[in-house]
Amino acid sequence: MKTLTPLEQLPLFTTQIKAFINWTRKNALWPLPFGTACCGIEYMAVVGSHYDVSRFGAEVVRFSPRQADLLIVAGTITEKMAPVLRQVYEQMPEPKWVLSMGVCASSGGFYRAYHTVQGIESIVPVDIYVPGCPPTPEAVIQGIMKLQEKIAKGDTPSQRLLEKKKMAERSSDQVQSVAQGDSH
Amino acid sequence: MEYHFQLVQQLKEKIGADSILREEKSNWNPNEYILTVRAADIRKICEFLKKQKGFLWMMDICGVHYPEREENFEAVYHLYNKDNNKRIRLKVPHKEGTKIPSITSVYKAANWFEREAYDMMGIFFEGHPSLTRILCHHKFVGHPLRKNYSATANQVLDAPEVFEFPPMPPPHNDHEDILTNQRTVLNIGPSHPATHGTFRWFVELEGETIIRSKAEIGYLHRCFEKMAETHKYQQLLPYTDRLNYLSAPMNNSGYCQAVERMLGVTIPLRAQYIRVILNELSRVIDHLVCIGTTAVDMGALTTFWFCFRQRENVYELFEKLCGNRMLTSITRIGGVYGDLDEDWKRQCRGVLVTLRETVEEVDKLLSNNKIWLNRMKDTGVVSKEMAVDYAFTGPCGRASGIDYDIRKAEPYYDYDKFDFDVPVSTDGDNFARYYLRLEEMRQSIRIVEQALNKLPDGPTTISNPLVVLPPKSEVYSNIEALMNHFMLVIEGIKPPKGEIYSYSEAANGELGFYIVSDGTGYPYRVKVRPPCFPIYSSFEDVVQGGLIADAVATLGQFNVIAGELDR
Ligand code: SF4
Repeated sequence: MKTLTPLEQLPLFTTQIKAFINWTRKNALWPLPFGTACCGIEYMAVVGSHYDVSRFGAEVVRFSPRQADLLIVAGTITEKMAPVLRQVYEQMPEPKWVLSMGVCASSGGFYRAYHTVQGIESIVPVDIYVPGCPPTPEAVIQGIMKLQEKIAKGDTPSQRLLEKKKMAERSSDQVQSVAQGDSH
Repeated sequence: MEYHFQLVQQLKEKIGADSILREEKSNWNPNEYILTVRAADIRKICEFLKKQKGFLWMMDICGVHYPEREENFEAVYHLYNKDNNKRIRLKVPHKEGTKIPSITSVYKAANWFEREAYDMMGIFFEGHPSLTRILCHHKFVGHPLRKNYSATANQVLDAPEVFEFPPMPPPHNDHEDILTNQRTVLNIGPSHPATHGTFRWFVELEGETIIRSKAEIGYLHRCFEKMAETHKYQQLLPYTDRLNYLSAPMNNSGYCQAVERMLGVTIPLRAQYIRVILNELSRVIDHLVCIGTTAVDMGALTTFWFCFRQRENVYELFEKLCGNRMLTSITRIGGVYGDLDEDWKRQCRGVLVTLRETVEEVDKLLSNNKIWLNRMKDTGVVSKEMAVDYAFTGPCGRASGIDYDIRKAEPYYDYDKFDFDVPVSTDGDNFARYYLRLEEMRQSIRIVEQALNKLPDGPTTISNPLVVLPPKSEVYSNIEALMNHFMLVIEGIKPPKGEIYSYSEAANGELGFYIVSDGTGYPYRVKVRPPCFPIYSSFEDVVQGGLIADAVATLGQFNVIAGELDR
């Protein structure tokens, strides 16, 4: 007769599927650097050999919005650029996050001017603001880590929206199946 | 003076006595003359100056708005003759709505400059091939640099502009290959890694060959020149960092130099040397980034890591000196902020050693690399004539055989006391630009070494209470100094009434500042002559007939920096 191994001796742990998915999401961020100005250059330093953001699982830089889930807006966004930014954001698959790097992206910075968007909040929803002109690479990394915390909690608008959509789908499925059952 | 006199005489004979309205001398530059001319004659005058007098370079065109004058607009042209190092500034006062003859038929560089003057000021140039907006978006209404346009009046754009090329007869080849016998129209950018995130090209291809192209800029137009008019002279300094953000100290020093020349002050020798050290260090990192990013665009990622590792070292030096890594705002009008101590100098010497090693490493990695050679040799060729016509300066100009470096032609900051060479190539292709940059880095490292060794003692700012803030210890203990501080902060530095065109050799070429002062603490008008603006204006011509992949290499080696291109 075999004796069953007690559960705590197995290399197992219990979790919720949701938490597990969030954990994978948080550690495999694929950023799309929307670098337009000086902050974009500093973002290169974040990815570069010295600061090496791959230690935090966010180094697979993709320039195609369809392959990315983190939009890093690094640099001043002008009125001419705004529709482009919107389009890029819309092309990204859900769930997606936005990190606004630098004061220009966050609030227009010291360019209170006729051709500068006064904060990208009016174009795309932002999850994390990183202040600085330019922010130091450490600050950007901290921003990414803070975002990871939020993602782990499932606490970002994009995740909540996705959750809601799924719920809606599920309940409509149920309604449908009930309806189908009735017809039988 | 003789030369000037003769020139004006000849102009009056050729064009007509009443075409020259006024003659002036520049108050700081003995080589520059200022002529106010009649609007209708500007093309003839430019033609004469170019063909007969050797003013081959058209450096800049800008507009100035004087609402209180009868002739309320002024178009300002800057011409340069390299052979005898003379400059002419032509001022064309005119009433709003007057059509000024376009000089695009004389100088190719005028094309984009005239478009900019139209966009910013609403000056009309008659005979311009396509006088459309260039920096502001296509639905923008009004002209933002006019004095009556508010700096905060944003105009929201809903969708990007859609281009269309005018129709053209289909290609004449009956090639089997479907790719070569029909044309494809392609939009690249602005959010595309090869266009550095801020440029947009619209190209028509036959196979992979570019038949027609259109380069659109303005995606980073963040209104530097309007900001200049709403800030005091000292407050403008951090904005200048953000022109060419790869080599911020050079913009700082170029701007401060312009204001200092206006004020007629000379900064202490030690400050000059510190500026030289910072400028040359930033020239090195600027070139490193240029080569590194071009290499990435070509698929050579290793070089990028090599270059960026070194750049970090230099940034550490900057950070130690002023607290910011990249956008240093290190100079002040009247000197520099902070001072170099022994520790800094020691560290700097160490960095120079590793910098030199990196330059050699990059040289070894790329210069004999077959792929690199195939991609760079004979691509993006710019002949000398074309380079002159498009007012190339800096490394791109020197790669096309223009032996012009302001550090040698008109030495400032004691540059004549340093032992360095200016490399020149005649190939004019991308490889020449790359190789020349390598050599320039070696020369810059030499300059920094010499400057560190020769660094004189003394103060780092002048002690003119109308220009420089008193030291903080004084401000806290002495009522005079406190008042002085207060006045300078509230009122600002007030250069005398007048105007100046000041230039210095930045990483990309001649960085010019045209400043008009009305005697108050705020500049009346600041026009930057960004070195890569005229260079990039040649892009459509240069890439025509080449492969699309070569256009990427050309853009990288032109080292177009959106910050200074769009301002
Ligand atoms: S926040 Fe500062 S560094 Fe970043 S893009 Fe704006 S001006 Fe440049």
